[in-house]
Amino acid sequence: MEQTIRVVVAKVGLDGHDRGAKIIARALRDAGMEVIYTGLHQTPEQVVEAAIQEDADAIGISILSGAHMTLVPRIVDLLAEQGADDVAVFCGGTIPKGDVEKLKELGVGEVFTPGTPTTRAVEYIREAIPARQG
Amino acid sequence: MDTRRGARDSRNSQSSRSRWEAAYREKGERDAEFSTMSGIPIKPLYTPEDTDDDQDEKLGYPGEYPYTRGVYPSMYRGRLWTVRQFAGYGTAADTNERFKYLISNGQNGLSVAFDMPTLMGLDSDDAMSQGEVGREGVAVDSLEDMERLFDGIGMDEVSTSMTINAPANVLLAMYVVAAEKQGVQPEALAGTNQNDILKEYIAQKEWLFPPEPSMRVFRDMLAYSTEHMPKWNTVSISGYHIREAGSTAAQELAFTLADGFAYVEAGIEAGLDVDDFAPRFSFFFNSHLDFFEEIAKFRAARRIWATVMRDRYGAKSEKSLLMRFHTQTAGVSLTAQEPYNNVARTAFEAMAAILGGTQSLHTNSLDEALALPTEEAVRIAVRTQQIAALETGVTNTIDPLGGSYFVEALTDEMERQAYEYFEAIDEHGGVIDAINAGYQMREIAEASARYQRELEEGKRYMVNVNVYEAEEESEVETHAVPLEVERDQKQRLTDLKSRRDNAEVDRLLEAVQEACRSGDNTMYPVLEAVRAYATVGEISTAMQQVFGSYRETPVI
Repeated sequence: MEQTIRVVVAKVGLDGHDRGAKIIARALRDAGMEVIYTGLHQTPEQVVEAAIQEDADAIGISILSGAHMTLVPRIVDLLAEQGADDVAVFCGGTIPKGDVEKLKELGVGEVFTPGTPTTRAVEYIREAIPARQG
Repeated sequence: MDTRRGARDSRNSQSSRSRWEAAYREKGERDAEFSTMSGIPIKPLYTPEDTDDDQDEKLGYPGEYPYTRGVYPSMYRGRLWTVRQFAGYGTAADTNERFKYLISNGQNGLSVAFDMPTLMGLDSDDAMSQGEVGREGVAVDSLEDMERLFDGIGMDEVSTSMTINAPANVLLAMYVVAAEKQGVQPEALAGTNQNDILKEYIAQKEWLFPPEPSMRVFRDMLAYSTEHMPKWNTVSISGYHIREAGSTAAQELAFTLADGFAYVEAGIEAGLDVDDFAPRFSFFFNSHLDFFEEIAKFRAARRIWATVMRDRYGAKSEKSLLMRFHTQTAGVSLTAQEPYNNVARTAFEAMAAILGGTQSLHTNSLDEALALPTEEAVRIAVRTQQIAALETGVTNTIDPLGGSYFVEALTDEMERQAYEYFEAIDEHGGVIDAINAGYQMREIAEASARYQRELEEGKRYMVNVNVYEAEEESEVETHAVPLEVERDQKQRLTDLKSRRDNAEVDRLLEAVQEACRSGDNTMYPVLEAVRAYATVGEISTAMQQVFGSYRETPVI
């Protein structure tokens, strides 16, 4: 039986700009996915714990503070350590192009910069998680 | 004779109007949404019928009540607005160098951007600070960093704007003590601290305590600076972040002014005379892309502030009625696709702020959807302001759009919507109760989702995003802060803690907590703690132990 895709949308670090996170959360929900929004000021540990507890298929990280090269790789590493590296990780926010490539090399599935339509995030998740089309 | 001519003119204009209406219908309209960004429907044509009979009174003259046409009699013919670009990165020493460069280029208004940990009242060595130290602004942990920030800069010669809110009391204390060490008394200090904690709960989300104790700390600072710092703007009431969080222009206007009124009430509650502190209040607005709506917002803001200050709070001094404001162009309007197009967006937004009568302006840099700006990008942003000021001629007359049927009608509409929101906030029991109920945040989230939906449904356009889509992202060089900054800053903090009198620090932190508990003005013990080099994290934590921490209930 097909299951609904579950996505944790997370604000990690100290950044309080949550417009993008909320827009993505709504768009994914409107697309029929189950969305768990963590709220602000989460540590990488908290985000990974939430994803595991919620049996999430994907984690969407919104970050505009410039701390993405410290915090996002930490999330990817923690997922691997916990044997949860099947959880797809995608990011959005103010992320320079050079860092986009680096993040992808580290295992981040997709990076959405400002101005990207939410439909692209929906499409990305549907492609990344084909087994759970709901 | 005259009467007959009047009747004939009126007949003529009525027939002209129906002729035009018929011609307009015949031509038809192109397929587009004719409404402002916040959804106010726009007619094809505005005429005198769209303005009220008391239009002249609602306009007044520049520098006269109700200040719709500007706060000063001469506006930009007397003096241009201040170019106040926001700067701060890395360590205090890095930013000090940038400040000296700016001063040597003729800038005497400094604007300090603090890094995220400082904004949240955390020290650089806090676990939550990891990856954020010196990244989006300068790291200031202690008085020592503040002294370094202003090393070699006469603090009585510059006016400093500090973008700081939750720990604004600690940073203000550091600024006062650093000046004292230069032999400069607080009376001589000129500048602004943002100090707008209410908008943090609504939009920016950098907080320490729940709203009620935060307002208590605000009252303490207001009382202190009213007594000791006559040249200091005690608060810059900020709509900027509310707009960046996705609000409409009307929401930005209404929520910001409502916050402003809450601060006025806090001052009155502290036993101060409104005319003793209100003249030191200033405002900070966003300038977005919907040109006329933005201009109308600024003009309505001045009129509402003057009216409410006079009629509700009994302000008598003209200075209490003047809404002086800084503007920043909308960061959220910039796109990562084809970033050079952002120069055009920023220029239009800057022009709206200028036509709206701003006192000071920050223009965003073209690369800000990608990273912190490079020096070259900042220079283009400054040049945009200079071109507007000196080449376009818009500064040659005051309020050039005053009397425009459309702009006046839109100004009235913005004003009407703001009063509607004031009523809704009152129905919630005031600003703080509305915040606690999540009211403003929900309104903003709704508006933001609506706008996004309109974009994705193609009802709104964003060039190179949903129309004339960019083939690929352009390459622009971006600015990066080296990771060593964090390591070095943490090392300096460790050194400081080993050098200072830690027993004395503990005693003074206890005194801060005692003031929090007793209701004494907290500003004085905070000044003492800062003098002994207690850190921003230590003082904030000490206060949090009494006041509690804030956690929001996230609203999607």
